[in-house]
Amino acid sequence: MTEVLRAPLVVEFPFTRSLGPVQSAFLTGLRERTVLGVRTSDGRVAVPPLEYDPVTAAELRDLVEVGTTGTVTTWAWNERPRPGQPLATPFAWVLVRLDGADTALLHALDASGPDAVHTGMRVRIRWAAEPAGAITGIACFEPAGPAADPGAPGAATAPPAATPHDGTFADPVTGIVAAARLDYTYSPGRAQTAYLDALAERRTVGERCPRCRKVYVPPRGACPTCGVATTDRVEVGPRGTVTTFCIVNIKAKNLDIEVPYVYAHIALDGAGLALHGRIGGIPYDRVRMGLRVEPVWTDGSRHPDHYRPTGEPDAPYDTYKELL
Amino acid sequence: MPNHAREVAVVAFAQSDHRRHTDDLSEVEMVMPVLHEVLDRTGLTTGEIGFTCSGSSDYLAGRAFSFTMTLDGVGAWPPISESHVEMDGAWALYEAWVKIQTGEADTALVYAYGKSSPGSVRDVLTRQLDPYYLAPLWPDAVALAALQAQALIDAGDTDEAALAAIAARSRTDAAANPHAQLRGPVPQGGHEVAPLRTGDCPPIGDGAAAVILAAGDTARRLCDRPAWITGIDHRIEAHGLGLRDLTDAPSARLAAEHAGAFEAPVDTAELHAPFTSQEVVLRKALRLDGTVRINPSGGPLAANPMMAAGLIRIGEAAARIHRGESRRALAHATSGPCLQQNLVAVLEGDKA
Repeated sequence: MTEVLRAPLVVEFPFTRSLGPVQSAFLTGLRERTVLGVRTSDGRVAVPPLEYDPVTAAELRDLVEVGTTGTVTTWAWNERPRPGQPLATPFAWVLVRLDGADTALLHALDASGPDAVHTGMRVRIRWAAEPAGAITGIACFEPAGPAADPGAPGAATAPPAATPHDGTFADPVTGIVAAARLDYTYSPGRAQTAYLDALAERRTVGERCPRCRKVYVPPRGACPTCGVATTDRVEVGPRGTVTTFCIVNIKAKNLDIEVPYVYAHIALDGAGLALHGRIGGIPYDRVRMGLRVEPVWTDGSRHPDHYRPTGEPDAPYDTYKELL
Repeated sequence: MPNHAREVAVVAFAQSDHRRHTDDLSEVEMVMPVLHEVLDRTGLTTGEIGFTCSGSSDYLAGRAFSFTMTLDGVGAWPPISESHVEMDGAWALYEAWVKIQTGEADTALVYAYGKSSPGSVRDVLTRQLDPYYLAPLWPDAVALAALQAQALIDAGDTDEAALAAIAARSRTDAAANPHAQLRGPVPQGGHEVAPLRTGDCPPIGDGAAAVILAAGDTARRLCDRPAWITGIDHRIEAHGLGLRDLTDAPSARLAAEHAGAFEAPVDTAELHAPFTSQEVVLRKALRLDGTVRINPSGGPLAANPMMAAGLIRIGEAAARIHRGESRRALAHATSGPCLQQNLVAVLEGDKA
């Protein structure tokens, strides 16, 4: 049993997303430090606002402005913030119903500890230092203090109701770029680990299906025809036959190979299917189906750099016609 | 009783041993033994299966189109009649059930798998959230469940001691389940995201499950005690968390109504409640009283392979009927934050 191979794998993608008219007004508003909601079909005010009514599916366009202070409807204390979250120090996740709204918005609350947070507490928006037309335009919420409680001594009157807003701003935000990065530790499993271990010794080892006897290179662990594990390891090659090929005329970015060059399907001797590789050591217009080739290794590379002609006579078509 | 075109039953169920890590196995290597086991139970070969449907998510292990690789394990070449959902396998089972109802297939193989160990599943799951208002804040799965738990505590529906009791009961029951990842009680531990403690959260792990469905007389031929799906339905909540009453799951109740769950008592319920607090919500929504045996398998608090844990609920409920330990069982599956989407199936054995 060889040691399991592991390698870091990063999946990172910036999604560019366009916004509907309601989302555009809301996120532009956050940039302008104004919070907008939308009136739903039953007259309630939804913040954050929706493009369509959750019950009737009607298009919603009736925008209103709500307050920047609100009430916590539920909360959860996050002692160990994770990457990407709004605050790097311990904070509370909160759902906040802003004054004038009937639904709640999810965000972070910067508080000194769980004892300083309770459902019903009054909080206000802390705007991001750098205005942003995104939900992160709100840096977080912060305690608003007892003076913000309606009815508290010295407090203002009841929270203001929502007021109509036309949603119009100069230079509206029409899209967001949602960056995402996920980190993995990839391990390839039994069959591919054995394949990679053999490649490190410049050998190509496939696996044979115990039922149909086909040899898979590279092995994936299962025979897709029989649905059983491939088990017997079989060394194939090193020589093989070009079964089909194409001539590449476009230079790939970061690839130091002169065009035109030939990329081919190569059936290594003993393999039940073809793998692919570049053909070198022969003018591109002399490559042909049936050409016999062998791998050329370079120092420090896990895979053959390319394949070159062996000088043997071409393989007859019948010997590779099932491996195109 | 819901009236469907054809009688369809779960005739076989198999699952892997669920483990924290399966670094030594690729996804197809993890899934294949489960596929072989479930086929062996019916004596069917892959070529005799009318329709195959799977559930998985590429995000868990970070492998694009990983389901096409696992398809090797069912012998998919030459091409078979096959489909895939990027959801829990319970929804793959729903698709297969519909396929059999149309008359286009008499048997179906449904499988699901999740390999969470290569990544950080708490963070991975943030990518399924609303991309405009939620995903940029990276609220992880435990944080969102904790908001729901606090809402339940505020409403007087539960408290931390009651949640701990759910955790303890689940893992004590799992001692009898050889496939479970946590077999026996574990300490509640400190708060992950308060009010949820480590013990309130499911174990993270890798695993797979498979079910075979069959119609009418085919089911009777393949299984001594078929678990007939007398009703199945799935419903979803509004996607804004702040629009919802997090202490309730009206979509689960509606799915149960449409599945006929309330037309007669059930003796068993397998609930896909990965967090203790979600069992409280589901008991209320599904009207399950103290007479109903909840999660005798240990449930998702004992083993929660992503994308398979919902299908396992249906499989475990069916297996109890196969063994003669249940007459009428409810199986529930969920997806998304705070019980966002809910599927309910009612399974019944033949009358004695």
